Amino acid sequence: MSANALANQKYGLLIHYDFCTGCHSCEMACKKEYGLEQDQFGIKVAQYGPVQNSEKKWEFFYMPMLTDLCTLCAPRVAEGKLPTCVHHCQAKVMQYGTIDELAEQLKLTPKSALFAPKCNA
Amino acid sequence: MPFGKVSTPVQWEEDGYTVTRTNSWSAPGDHPTGAGMKLYVKDGILEKVEGDPEHSILKGALPIRMLSLPEYVYNPDRVIYPMKRDPKKRGDNTAWERISWDEAYDMIVGKVKEYTEKFNSNSIITFVGTGREAGNWGPTISCRVFNSPNICYMQSGWSCYGPRMAVTSYVLGAPYPEVDYAAQFPDSYDDPRYTYPGCILLWGKEPLKSNPDGFWGHSLVDMMKKGTKFITVDPRLTFEAANSEFWLQPRPGTDTALAMAFLNVIINEELYDYDFVENWTFGFEEFTKRIQDMPPAKAAEICGVPEEKIIGAARFFAKSKPGAVQWGLAIDQNPNGVQLGECLIAIMAICGCIDVPGGNVMGAIDIGGLGSGYSDLDPQDKINEQIGVDEFPALVRTLQFTDPDSVLDQLESGAPFKLKMGFFTSANAIANPCNVPKRWENALNTLEFNVATDIFINPTISATCDLFLPVNTYAERDMYVATHYGAVGLWIGGIKKAITVGEAKSDVEILRTLGKKLRPELWQYDTDVEYINDQKLKTLGITMEELWEHGWWHVDYEYQKYAKGKLRADGLPGFMTPTGKIELYSTMIEAWGDDPMPYYKEPPTSPVSTPEYAAEYPLVLSTGARTWSYFHSEGRMVPKLREVEPNPLVDINPKDAKKYGIIDGDWVWLENSYGKCKMKASVQPGQKEGALAAQHGWWYPERDASAPELFGVYEVNVNNLTPYKTVGVLGFGAPYKCLMCKIYKA
Ligand code: SF4
Ligand code: SF4
Ligand code: SF4
Repeated sequence: MSANALANQKYGLLIHYDFCTGCHSCEMACKKEYGLEQDQFGIKVAQYGPVQNSEKKWEFFYMPMLTDLCTLCAPRVAEGKLPTCVHHCQAKVMQYGTIDELAEQLKLTPKSALFAPKCNA
Repeated sequence: MPFGKVSTPVQWEEDGYTVTRTNSWSAPGDHPTGAGMKLYVKDGILEKVEGDPEHSILKGALPIRMLSLPEYVYNPDRVIYPMKRDPKKRGDNTAWERISWDEAYDMIVGKVKEYTEKFNSNSIITFVGTGREAGNWGPTISCRVFNSPNICYMQSGWSCYGPRMAVTSYVLGAPYPEVDYAAQFPDSYDDPRYTYPGCILLWGKEPLKSNPDGFWGHSLVDMMKKGTKFITVDPRLTFEAANSEFWLQPRPGTDTALAMAFLNVIINEELYDYDFVENWTFGFEEFTKRIQDMPPAKAAEICGVPEEKIIGAARFFAKSKPGAVQWGLAIDQNPNGVQLGECLIAIMAICGCIDVPGGNVMGAIDIGGLGSGYSDLDPQDKINEQIGVDEFPALVRTLQFTDPDSVLDQLESGAPFKLKMGFFTSANAIANPCNVPKRWENALNTLEFNVATDIFINPTISATCDLFLPVNTYAERDMYVATHYGAVGLWIGGIKKAITVGEAKSDVEILRTLGKKLRPELWQYDTDVEYINDQKLKTLGITMEELWEHGWWHVDYEYQKYAKGKLRADGLPGFMTPTGKIELYSTMIEAWGDDPMPYYKEPPTSPVSTPEYAAEYPLVLSTGARTWSYFHSEGRMVPKLREVEPNPLVDINPKDAKKYGIIDGDWVWLENSYGKCKMKASVQPGQKEGALAAQHGWWYPERDASAPELFGVYEVNVNNLTPYKTVGVLGFGAPYKCLMCKIYKA
């Protein structure tokens, strides 16, 4: 990717949280990479449910949220690596990319969220 | 040769780091998942780890237990030198003194020789845990080093993997048939031979958290994304359950009734695979009659699961092609579990799941199986002297281990002879698998000399041991890892040493060194790699050096081996059972003295079998609820893991919580006639009403290590509530998942 393109683009994470299992690997990978203290997170997994929506259907899912400590792994990305949370996600539900391309993806994957953390500002 | 596809050598330089490619196992424990990892080392220190994106199974993902590895390796509590303690000071954790390895080895060799001469080498007993690499070396150290057949896994009824492995050996003539997760193919799911399962019947198991026996749990999510449907049988609402077509929530311990009802539906509605039943099963007619005992309406009543759900799920599974069954620890921890295992294998068999793409795969060969050494007993017939063989011949002879409760008897009574020495390898018994743990502690203290190999001083070591040998982690050793301990031959990976920490040594080095001193004729090897190449990998035609170079190796897998004459020693088509078929009517179970076909029996204590007991202890208690952070009793001292799961939890349904005046986060006591323990209540709307699910393996590394505190192990140990010798007919399966208790605020 050219420096020019980088400069003009905004980046983010697309999280297909339908399949997020709440395994904490994203949290742990981020904490280890950046030496975060207890209670500090670059990404933190929230939980909804379990709640019974109907006789047959329970709703119970996790959703990782990006905090202000998230740098979108700028140092790793500069070396050509993936953000460490994306890399280690056990359910492989995270995608890193430009907001534009991820927004296209978002149209195709229900129960997904697109994050543009503050570092993008 | 189907080796792995990797683009680097096993070690390389990158940004000032020496990077080593490896595949995790233990210690720190996990099952032999063989997660692909890159270890980043600078100035001899492991600074960070990263998942290996080229890894054929995990593809870069890593569970948190592996991600936190450096915190474990350099934990301030870790002990990295040999230590001894005066046996009179057992329980006093301040009384250890550092010694050299030479002194430690001399002490052991001296004692082994003394006890062998004065008594008999059978008086030396090796205690093993589960899942960690060392557990599998138990037979080797016991038989090939100490020349004793007495190996003990201290869990009543051998209630972990053993019962399932026994049933599969009887009924199927093979080890555990695993869900096909494409581990055998270098291209994983992309291999043209592979098919995703249509439906997985997930029974009493939580693979996402536990990575059971080396099966990578999150491969279930890979399959889910590709359209695989799930039926989950679990009293708890797990992630898997919430994402299932059918979630059946039985009263814990009643599963055999449920499984029989599944079979009732599948057989009576003729939804089974006629050809397979006709050609490859034995006893279908009698089995069909037996299964009439359990119509779905009756199972519904017993299990507390709606009848239409049982019927719906059974139909759904039988019609999904291919189907696969994942069956967990809940089968083992149930005195009626052998019968449950029979039913589940019957479901696999009659629904055509056995050894087909996307079904249940059977290992073609034993790849580097660790558990060997029995043939080195001198004389050979010592194998007939394993403790408990008279009372529980099926268990002892099938698993080739002592019966745990019988060992407890013998320690307590000193009859028929006194046991003298214990060797503990990855066995934190009183904090983890033991039933009646306080009794076990006292019993272990009747031994004159106890040696432990471990990473940390744990409650068992503090309470009972005289010598501590520091074991190293998988970052510090050369080894290999095979999923399912090699028993389901699919994949085998290289473990490569990246660092050295203190004087800690590998399990193999310890047993090799002792072997050389005690039985030199069997131990000519100078390095771990020499030993492994010669004893474990030679028959596969591969070496450790090749595993490192290529990362890992896949077996050249073939489906439907039974049809091609590839399972039996005589080369004929069929299975390795007495009749050559999958035995729905089990001639071996009959020969061992149990009913050849499945039957339902209520748990030893239950609202139905013991209503008076239930009046005082009204809630069904399942132990062993899995966590993301911990492997059994390990890991509570690792800060980042503890942050994720800081407290021991017991799940309770909101209605029960209300009834007993408990709110989420309250400290509570669980209590029954055997004992009590203190945990934190977690009010969970998805928990079965009338049933609790408690975590296991807890102790508090931050508390006083010395007796009587022993890291608080007796305050938090849920096994205070488990009984003695309350097992199935053949000795398998204690009711760890179907106890009864009451709950009240602490
Ligand atoms: S992108 Fe990097 S910094 Fe941001 S949450 Fe993920 S791991 Fe943390
Ligand atoms: S690593 Fe992936 S699956 Fe695990 S909690 Fe994070 S987003 Fe969810
Ligand atoms: S049964 Fe469960 S606890 Fe036991 S070894 Fe297997 S995965 Fe581990």
